[in-house]
Amino acid sequence: MRRFLPVITITALLIAACGGGAGTSPSADKPIVRIGSTNFSEQLIVGELYAQVLEAGGYKVERKFNLGAREVVLPALESGQIDLEVDYLATLLAFLDKSAQGSTDAAATAKTLDEKLKAKNLVQLDFAPAVDQNGIVVTKDTATRLNLKKVSDLTAVAKDLTFGGPPECPNREFCAQGLEKVYGIKFKSFRPLDVGGPLTVTALEGKQIDVALLFTSDANIAVKGFVLLEDDKKLQLSDNVVPILRKDIADKGGSDLRSRLNDVSKKLTTAELTELNKQVGVDKKDPKDVAKEWLRKQGLLK
Amino acid sequence: MIDFLASVVAWFADPAHWRGEDGIPTRLFEHVQLSGAAVAIAAAIALPLGLYLGHTGRGGFVAINVANLGRALPSLALIALGLVASIALGLGLGFWPTLFALVPLALPPILTNTFVAVRAVDRDIIEAARGMGLRETQILREVELPLALPLILGGLRTAAVNVVATATLGALVAGGALGRYIVDGLALQEYDRLFAGALLVAVLAMATELAFGIPAARSRYSGSARPSDL
Repeated sequence: MRRFLPVITITALLIAACGGGAGTSPSADKPIVRIGSTNFSEQLIVGELYAQVLEAGGYKVERKFNLGAREVVLPALESGQIDLEVDYLATLLAFLDKSAQGSTDAAATAKTLDEKLKAKNLVQLDFAPAVDQNGIVVTKDTATRLNLKKVSDLTAVAKDLTFGGPPECPNREFCAQGLEKVYGIKFKSFRPLDVGGPLTVTALEGKQIDVALLFTSDANIAVKGFVLLEDDKKLQLSDNVVPILRKDIADKGGSDLRSRLNDVSKKLTTAELTELNKQVGVDKKDPKDVAKEWLRKQGLLK
Repeated sequence: MIDFLASVVAWFADPAHWRGEDGIPTRLFEHVQLSGAAVAIAAAIALPLGLYLGHTGRGGFVAINVANLGRALPSLALIALGLVASIALGLGLGFWPTLFALVPLALPPILTNTFVAVRAVDRDIIEAARGMGLRETQILREVELPLALPLILGGLRTAAVNVVATATLGALVAGGALGRYIVDGLALQEYDRLFAGALLVAVLAMATELAFGIPAARSRYSGSARPSDL
């Protein structure tokens, strides 16, 4: 933890400098909400979704996006330099408590997470149906040829298939180890590539690997016509998208604030999130515009 | 620190790390294969070119400066470009993109040393050879090449050592070789594995240096013996 302190301090200074003293005593009854995010494009998109819906509701929103990894964003939230951040249930739980048992059931994970957050004066709102977790992906050709729909369909044919994913995969419970334990899948070989990135996508597309580990909300799955196999034995934990708020802001904002944010979460499914990721990652659109268009389509924004 | 070194020693002592497709012998073989191929291709281009340019004394300056670009371009960028090219050509990940980056790295020392070595041969000896009726190819093969050999081998040695050290980058584009331990060690936060990989590369680089040093030392003697035979 110590090595993150300088980063946090700098972030704190930056935020303090940018904030210009606003935030502590809002004059209107609606509080100023400072929204922070980590540093990958999905986070900027969901950050925008929640930011714009609050702005439409008459809240003043300050965007503190792209702060860095969770190691930076969460302490910023705890210490009150930001008021809201969007996270993922199981991953956040594991971050807060290494020994905590995540679950494949989102509601159960949320319940455990709630206790951990309470101790830090944080509040979680309703989690979205959208999940960003490890996904087992094959090409359309492979899926048709071997008749694959679910991950368990791989068990019988895996001995002839090459699996590719992040280098740490063979040692990870939610990757190769879990596939073997939960599904009895043993691949012919494993190729270390990258963390749901371009190498893995290219290797799968170029048939250097037969099965790939990508993230479920990866736009490439749709763009390249890959098939995401259903995790039918629930190996992956429930990493649903969830907004985390500071308790003081949640109390000030009351039910109006909560319901506005929850309305967004309700509509945000994995398919929708993937489409949003595609528009930003593949079509190179501005997250702001993408978010606005989506909120309009969902009737959350006029 | 002692604990860490002990864990590195334990890593080497683990028999599991000595077999299979991620075992040290496999990775070492992949590393030597990749480096060997890169140096061989570079030598096949640079040696004849360097000998010709050195013998005729023409265009050497331009050629060497162009080749030196290979030293200036970052290998990491070349690997990335190689990856794109390799995928477009259907050659896949790993070996070919890395080779694409390593050949330009190996070219300059071989070309420069060969050119300079041939140019540095005493003009009087060459004139004498020409006076004795040797054809140009004979002069090159029997006079200039033997005399230039130590310096040429020096160029090959520099190239080979550079290539062995840089071939580790191949792991970034899903290649095998010893770089695998470094990249995977970082991803897994298994620093004993990372350090073991770095150590293996360093040892291989030193072994390469020594391996080229022996013929270089020998050729010095045989080389100096040749002119007196004329």
